[in-house]
Amino acid sequence: MEGEPVMSVVELEQVSKVFERLEALAGLSLRVSEGEVVGLLGHNGAGKSTTMKLILGLIRATGGEVRVFGQPPHGAQAHHLRLRIGYLPENVMFYEQLTGREVLRYFGRLKRVAAGQVDELLERVGLQGAADRRVKTYSKGMRQRLGLAQALLGWPRLLILDEPTVGLDPLAIRDFYTIIDELQAQGVTVILSSHTLSGIERHIDRAVILGGGRLLADGTLEELRARAGLPYRLRAYGRFASDDWPEHLPVPALVTQRAADGCLEFSVAGQDKLAALRGLLDHPAIQDIELEPPSLEALYAYFSAAAESGSLPPCT
Amino acid sequence: MYMILTVAAKEFRDGLRNRWVMAITLVFAVLAVGLGYFGAAASGRLGFTGLATTIASLSSLAVFLIPLIALLLAYDSVVGEDEQGTLLLLLSYPLSRLQLLTGKFLGHGAILAVSTALGFGVAGLVITLFSEQVQGGELWRALGFFILTAILLGWAFVALAYVISVLATEKSRAAGLALIVWFVLVLLYDLLLLGLLVATSGGQETVSTLPYLLLSNPTDVFRIANLIGFEAAQAYSGLTAIAAQNLLHPALLLFALLGWVMLPFALAAWLFQRRRT
Repeated sequence: MEGEPVMSVVELEQVSKVFERLEALAGLSLRVSEGEVVGLLGHNGAGKSTTMKLILGLIRATGGEVRVFGQPPHGAQAHHLRLRIGYLPENVMFYEQLTGREVLRYFGRLKRVAAGQVDELLERVGLQGAADRRVKTYSKGMRQRLGLAQALLGWPRLLILDEPTVGLDPLAIRDFYTIIDELQAQGVTVILSSHTLSGIERHIDRAVILGGGRLLADGTLEELRARAGLPYRLRAYGRFASDDWPEHLPVPALVTQRAADGCLEFSVAGQDKLAALRGLLDHPAIQDIELEPPSLEALYAYFSAAAESGSLPPCT
Repeated sequence: MYMILTVAAKEFRDGLRNRWVMAITLVFAVLAVGLGYFGAAASGRLGFTGLATTIASLSSLAVFLIPLIALLLAYDSVVGEDEQGTLLLLLSYPLSRLQLLTGKFLGHGAILAVSTALGFGVAGLVITLFSEQVQGGELWRALGFFILTAILLGWAFVALAYVISVLATEKSRAAGLALIVWFVLVLLYDLLLLGLLVATSGGQETVSTLPYLLLSNPTDVFRIANLIGFEAAQAYSGLTAIAAQNLLHPALLLFALLGWVMLPFALAAWLFQRRRT
């Protein structure tokens, strides 16, 4: 579409990348608008890192076109682009013998950032207390926070994070996404990749599922859920009499679990979930109800399997 | 330029932090003073004696040490950063590969230059203070030339280390490759030349190509450069003296060493552009 109100920060058109004989990407088209937080999902080797490197201009596409802020990300003008992009590579080990502050100062100088911003960023990621300790002594979570601070040098408008939460404990993951949410509120575009799906769900606007260098699915989680038609999981807890389990709902529902402690689990289609809930609420013995949407894992498994069997629903 | 200097400053500071600068300075100073003092021990005397002997023994020791130090200093420059993931990150910055490599070269080059000049300079100072025989002016001219060629030799091997570092896919392989390069250029090459001379019984053709064969090894260039000025030293030097009599002018030798700095560096830069990450 011409003259869109929202600018495309990243555009990939029919991009392919071949390493020697290995086809890492095959005809990938992707568009990321300003202010979006996009999750790039897929197994190892799905093409996530390759896609990121193409966007960063670290490698060149074998075919197709890549544009970042409307320009190709390599060549003479790319230096200017790079000042507006922050990147956190997968498994980066910063200079162990330097302190966190020294590492950040070095990268800050290379990005021509004022020295004061280093302190500001250290505080932002909660490393001010450890800033003058050597990176060698840092925990995995602290290293990752240092990496994030590095990516935020110069307050970039596009942030590319490769597997940012790998190896982090749940608390560190939560802290990490808190920062991502704040950045999103400031209109920063974020592309982050993950092969583990837990924790990411509530923080991304859109999921892009890759598999074998191809786009398997692209859309908001609601859209993807609707397209996959995966059932919701509905759990009812209560002190049910032995002959009075509320197994019959007004809508088609499959009982998937029936535990002696009074937990009954159904599998219901998305459009039937409200009717099913209403049906359950009428039962006198109900004490608690849980409704769980199909997880990203389930979606991922669905789209991967669909791609493999060749019955892939057409992607837009 | 600001980018290059930023990288160079970091490398130099790393050199200070890792005690590289201190260690190299110390090794060179102790060696030079020791050789100067004990150099004449074989003739039954101690103390600072002939300048030619001192420079000759210094250069034959430095020719082993300097390449080794330079290779150790720089062999992991590219592959090391690649392994820890910082290379990928640096390349996503507004910094070209040539700028990165040039910055590293300036940093490593400064480490070597500072410690070589300091180490041998201190030794020269000690020798002038405690020796009656050695003339100050003559010493500083010879030592100055020696330090200059030693620095160039070091830079040449830093550049060679970059070639290794760019080619290698793992740090440990780069280390092995560096050791092989050191062994071939410092030890094996001269042995082969000697073998060639003996095999051809010093035939006219071999002798006339010998200067070119010597010029195609930076360690030989360094050796000849420091022996050529001293007739006394030529007696010690065996192989190199054969070629030293003709067409190897000091200026030409300096030029050859400079070529040995620039060519491997250009090769490393070219290979780095073609490297996958």
